[in-house]
Amino acid sequence: MNKNWPLWEVFIRSKAGLNHKHVGSLHAADADMAIQNARDVYTRRNEGVSIWVVESTNIAASDPADSDQMYEPAKDKVYRHPTFYNLPDELKHM
Amino acid sequence: MDTALLEQHFNEKIDQDIRIEPKDWMPDHYRKTLIRQISQHAHSEIVGMLPEANWITRAPSLRRKAAALAKVQDEAGHGLYLYSACETLGVDRDDLFADLHSGKAKYSSIFNYPTLTWADMGAIGWLVDGAAIMNQVPLCRASYGPYARAMVRVCKEESFHQRQGYEIMLTLCNGSDEQKKMAQDALNRWWWPSLMMFGPTDKDSKHTEQSMRWRIKRFTNDELRQKFVDVTVPQAELLGLTVPDKDLKWNEERGHYDFGEIDWKEFFNVISGNGPCNKQRIEARKSAWDNGAWVREAANAHAEKKAKRKAA
Repeated sequence: MNKNWPLWEVFIRSKAGLNHKHVGSLHAADADMAIQNARDVYTRRNEGVSIWVVESTNIAASDPADSDQMYEPAKDKVYRHPTFYNLPDELKHM
Repeated sequence: MDTALLEQHFNEKIDQDIRIEPKDWMPDHYRKTLIRQISQHAHSEIVGMLPEANWITRAPSLRRKAAALAKVQDEAGHGLYLYSACETLGVDRDDLFADLHSGKAKYSSIFNYPTLTWADMGAIGWLVDGAAIMNQVPLCRASYGPYARAMVRVCKEESFHQRQGYEIMLTLCNGSDEQKKMAQDALNRWWWPSLMMFGPTDKDSKHTEQSMRWRIKRFTNDELRQKFVDVTVPQAELLGLTVPDKDLKWNEERGHYDFGEIDWKEFFNVISGNGPCNKQRIEARKSAWDNGAWVREAANAHAEKKAKRKAA
């Protein structure tokens, strides 16, 4: 038996009130070990108060080759932004 | 899309400073160049722990020992950030280790020199980490996203390494004659190898031009070396130490220091495996890997047992 430890993606909440953010990856035999290793590798200087780990193979990702059809349609829809609407300066609280 | 079009699109992104991410199309040669450079960099961090580890148990005070431990622990961390970045290019961590152990992959030649006295801990922090910072700061803007992000983390942590090294030198230089002599001796031995850390001269560097085009590198080896000399010479003066180079002289016209010729024969000799400690360093890495095999297997067995118990 000589299989390599799987790869895990690490997400850290830097302080209460903020979202977890991807910081990198590491190898570990299981989730407990991945959290322990993430603590040693990614939080040596108080960078976090909470850690998520996800095995990398469990992440589904969009394909950069599809970027145009995925994101292009939003580009010409300026009417989705508040600044699109012309309103008088006298109007308050809006 | 055909390759020519993909390549054109890639080059446009590079020119506009749009970062390349793991799943984006990239030329094979770009991928290979990154794998070589990032893995070399990761190996250097890991092998770089060895010369310093020697002094953790010999540190002169608890304060120095805590700092040395933290520094070596950081280097392990830096190696891990970089191995992870490298793996996003589709290589396996174990293959990278195998290349290091077989001698196929290189690491910074500086770590093949021995650490003979405590003052070497000061000189390494000041000069070796100083040179590393000079190299690494521009890499925070490298065109490959995961590499640039790893470098941001590394640079944030590296500044303490250089400062603690300089503080060791300062303490020795303010100490007894013997201590000052020890500091001078360390500077004498580490100065030239530190200048070699920037790599061959621009005319002999076979990778520089392409790496600059791809914005992996932002400055040439000679530019960075000059910058290092310019900032480090006044730091040596502040310590009251003499840089071991009789040709070192401020050049008013250039606005830079002129400095002597590097012994390139020594550089290529150490790179090709014949430095004072090459064999010892690789042996230490191999034995750590081989003797740790049972730990890796046991952790796998434990994880499997736990998973089975949970499923039952």
